[in-house]
Parts: sequence; structure tokens; C-alpha cells
Amino acid sequence: MSQTETEQSKTEQSLEREFQARVDAEEKIEPKDWMPEAYRKTLIRQISQHAHSEVVGMQPEGNWITRAPSLRRKAVLLAKVQDEAGHGLYLYSAAETLGISREELLEALHQGKAKYSSIFNYPTLSWADIGAVGWLVDGAAIVNQVALQRTSFGPYARAMVRICKEESFHQRQGYEIMLALSRGSAAQKAMAQDALNRFWWPSLMMFGPNDDHSPNSAQSMKWKIKRKSNDQLRQEFIDQTVPQIEVLGLELPDPELRWNEERGHYDFGPIDWDEFFQVIKGNGPCNRQRLQHHIRAQREGEWVCEAVRAYENKKRGRKAA
Amino acid sequence: MNKDAIAEYATRLGDDALVLGHRLSEWCSNGPFLEEDIATINTALDFIGRARMFLSYAAELEGAGRSEDDLAYTRDCREFKNLLIHELPRGDFAFTTVRQFLVDASNVLFFEALCESSDPQLAAIAAKSVKECRYHLRRSHDWLLRLGDGTEESRRRCQDALDDLWGYTDELFAMDALEQALLDAGVAVDRVALKERWLPLVSAAIDEATLQLPALPALPGGGREGIHTEHLGHLLAELQFVQRAYPGLQW
Repeated sequence: MSQTETEQSKTEQSLEREFQARVDAEEKIEPKDWMPEAYRKTLIRQISQHAHSEVVGMQPEGNWITRAPSLRRKAVLLAKVQDEAGHGLYLYSAAETLGISREELLEALHQGKAKYSSIFNYPTLSWADIGAVGWLVDGAAIVNQVALQRTSFGPYARAMVRICKEESFHQRQGYEIMLALSRGSAAQKAMAQDALNRFWWPSLMMFGPNDDHSPNSAQSMKWKIKRKSNDQLRQEFIDQTVPQIEVLGLELPDPELRWNEERGHYDFGPIDWDEFFQVIKGNGPCNRQRLQHHIRAQREGEWVCEAVRAYENKKRGRKAA
Repeated sequence: MNKDAIAEYATRLGDDALVLGHRLSEWCSNGPFLEEDIATINTALDFIGRARMFLSYAAELEGAGRSEDDLAYTRDCREFKNLLIHELPRGDFAFTTVRQFLVDASNVLFFEALCESSDPQLAAIAAKSVKECRYHLRRSHDWLLRLGDGTEESRRRCQDALDDLWGYTDELFAMDALEQALLDAGVAVDRVALKERWLPLVSAAIDEATLQLPALPALPGGGREGIHTEHLGHLLAELQFVQRAYPGLQW
């Protein structure tokens, strides 16, 4: 190593120490602050994954906008999906503060390099699925996002504060759908039970692999990008959701769910991690459909973007003339 | 004024909003980019909100114990009274833009006039709607300019859309005996009078967007008598699916 390289690496080390000290002191890291390259990359990966989830999630929910069973439900669902799209926008903007463009982020999505929440690779087959998605999927997302309000990167933490407020409205709309169904006819109750059974396990998988199989977790915890482990968050979600299932009067979707007095938590049955990894790898029920839909919409919109650019250029030309 | 006639009038206006709101909502996750997805869903929401106000008022006047949902979900094609322009399939982004522009321009004038209705409930709905309509028009007008005066392709797509839609615009300004009677009573809007203001407004924008005003004849229309295009039945099949499959339940 030459002398300058040694000096550079020394500077790097001291910058990294300073950075960690700031994180430890609960100071927020802002876009123009020095940060380790790996911290930047981890955040880009995580924030873009989150943004893509909001956007791809519009597909399974949008699937029922035209078929919502009442005008009130339709209006509420439209408002909800509009919020989700808005979350996608803030999050893309938060990611852009890290020096990457939305085009690059979308390119990575289309190439399958960037992920989105695996839950959206499951189909919404009945109206009750819209209830289950709002209640369970947004419920799980809130547990995750409440913790992220204290994440170390400022723009991400601030986006989460705003997003959490809207998500709790979304969860209520989902639960309200489930409540109406579970107090309705036998067919409606069966529809609600079926949706719960199908969305329960994928919702638990949203928190990611068990802590001992989560390769990036330790570093993310040290950097305070993550504030709680996957297993902690999953347990919180289960503990808050089981009593809600009981209020609905639906059967528990897992026969092993029971209160453990000693742990002060609900015990639950084994998660099918093979299924999880299959879906992550692209082999879930809707992976191809979701990605192709997004690519098609973008391709069909290319002429619109070209027209906007051409029009702006003409306008500038006229102004200059 | 006879309640049934006002109920019928409110149903017509509710159906216009419901059917166009449905078409706009089909854009969810299909827009050219995310900002436009948000804007289109938002516009759809305005139309669905308007449909609810008109249909619940119609149901109330009818006094037969029906609700906005009964009107939206249990009537068949022949009982829907929307104007045909609203039910045409969403087409490409140019078609949606041009339709919105033509309809928004007419809606601004229509709802401004309906604010003066002697029926206080219709006037109140109009007062809320007119604010939305002005915003919608600003947006669709801007898009018409961008797409009309954008690239060769965008101009061609807009011109095609304009030609396809033009014949349906006549119906926006047609009066029948029911609306004429309501107009005489100070309840309804004089649609014929709107056209004189709509045409110059629309022609100027079409010209600014470097498009050609179509020299095409009016199409037959028939929406107010429940004579629709073949497209409406499919729209209703989708809209009404749950209520038809599980009739008489609360959701």
C-alpha cells in the first residue's frame, strides 16, 4: 500500500468511526453527509424495494376497484390506492437523495434485480381479499414502518412518519371490510375466512427470514437502518392480530396459534420458508404477471413521455425566439 | 315540480358520473407514469363521489326505499341513462385525454349553470362539482396541448381520438321533453345554450393544440332513453358482479 493509500484508508476509517458515533448518538444522517458506501447501497436497496412494493401493490388492489361491491367501498378503495401510489412517489424521492434516478430504480425492477414485497405476488380472488390485504398486509407493513420512523437516514424516517398515518387508515378500511363480511351471510363469512387463510402465512413472511437466516440484518441493526429484528416484528404483528381475528369471530388460520403465558406472546406454527424463497426467486403465483404488467404500462406510456419532452422543447424554443 | 322528473334528472347526471368514473378508474396501475396514475385515480374519485351524491338524491326523491347502491348495482343496461360519450372504452391515453377535455369543458359550463337551479340539492351538488370540473379542465386542456403539439405520433393519436369522439359530443347539448319541462320550472340547465359557449372554447384549444376540428356528422345518441353502445353491458357486468353474484347483502 502506498503512503497516500494508507492515509486515505485511515481517513476512511476515521470517517466511518465518526459516522457510527453519530448513528449511536441517534443523530439523523442526511443526504449530503458522508456515509459508508455499503450504508448507501443498503438504503437504496431497502427504500427502492419499499417504493416498488407500494407501486406493484396497486395491481392486486386495483384489480377490485371496478368491481367494488358498493359505491362507498369503491370510493374508499380508490382513495387508498391513490395514497399507496403517493407513498411510492415519496419513497422514490427519498431514494433519489442517495444519488440514483427513478429510471435506474425502475430498470432494476424490470430486470428482476430489485425486489418488491412478495405478498403482492399472490392473487386477489374475492372482495374479501381486499379486506385481508388492507387488514393484514397493511397491518404488517405498519408494524415494520412504525419501527422505521426511527431509522437513521433522515429522508426515509420522515417519509415513514407521513406514510404511517395513512397506513393506519388503510388498515382500518381493510378491517372494516372484514367486519362487515364476518357479520354478513354464511357466504360472506366463508369468503372472509378463505381470505384470512390464504393471506395469513404470506403476511407473516413479509417480515423476512428468521433472524439467524437474515444475512444483512446485523449490519443494518448496527447502522440503525433496522431498529428491530425480523422475528421481533413478526411476533408483534401476530400478537396484535390474533385478538382481532377473535373479534371477527373467524377461525384461527394456524392450529398452533395459542397464547404462551410464560413468553407473554402467541406461539405459532412453522412457516413454509420453501414457499417464501420460491416466491422471492420469481416463482410465486403472480410474479411474471406483476412485472409484465408494470413493463407493459411503461412501454405503452413511452409515446406520452416523448410527447411531453417534445412539447417542452418547442415551448422553450418559442420562448427563446 | 314533480319529484319523479327531478329524480330522473338526478339519475341521468349520476349515471354520467358513475360510468365515466368507472372508465377513469380502469387506468389504475396502467398510466404512463406514476404521477399520472395518481392524478387519474384522483379524478375518478371525484366522479364517483359526484355519482353518489346524484344517485342518493335520486333514490331519496323516488321514496321507494332504494339506495344509491340499488340504483348503481341492480339496474340493467336499458335503465342506465348516461350519455354515450361517457361509456366508450378507455382507449389509449390520447383517447382518455381528448374525451376528458371535451367532457370537462362541457361540465364546467353545465355545472356553473346548475348552480342556479331552483332545486337546492341539485344546486349544492353543482357548487361542489364545478370546482372539481374547473380543475379537471385545466388538467385535460394542458394535456391536450402537450399531446396535440408534441410528437407526430401523439398528434396522430389525438386526432384519431378527436375524430372518434366528435360524433358523440352532440348528445351533450340535446334537450328532451323531460329536461325542457324541468328547464321551464327553473330546475334544469339549458343544454342547447351551452353549445354556443362550448364550441368556441373547444375550437380554440383544438387549434392551439395544432389539431383539426372534425367536420363529422353527429351520431344518433340515445343514452337518455337507455339506448347504449355495446360497451355498456360489459362495463355493468364488471361493475355489478359482486352484487349480482350475492344479491341483497350488505358489504
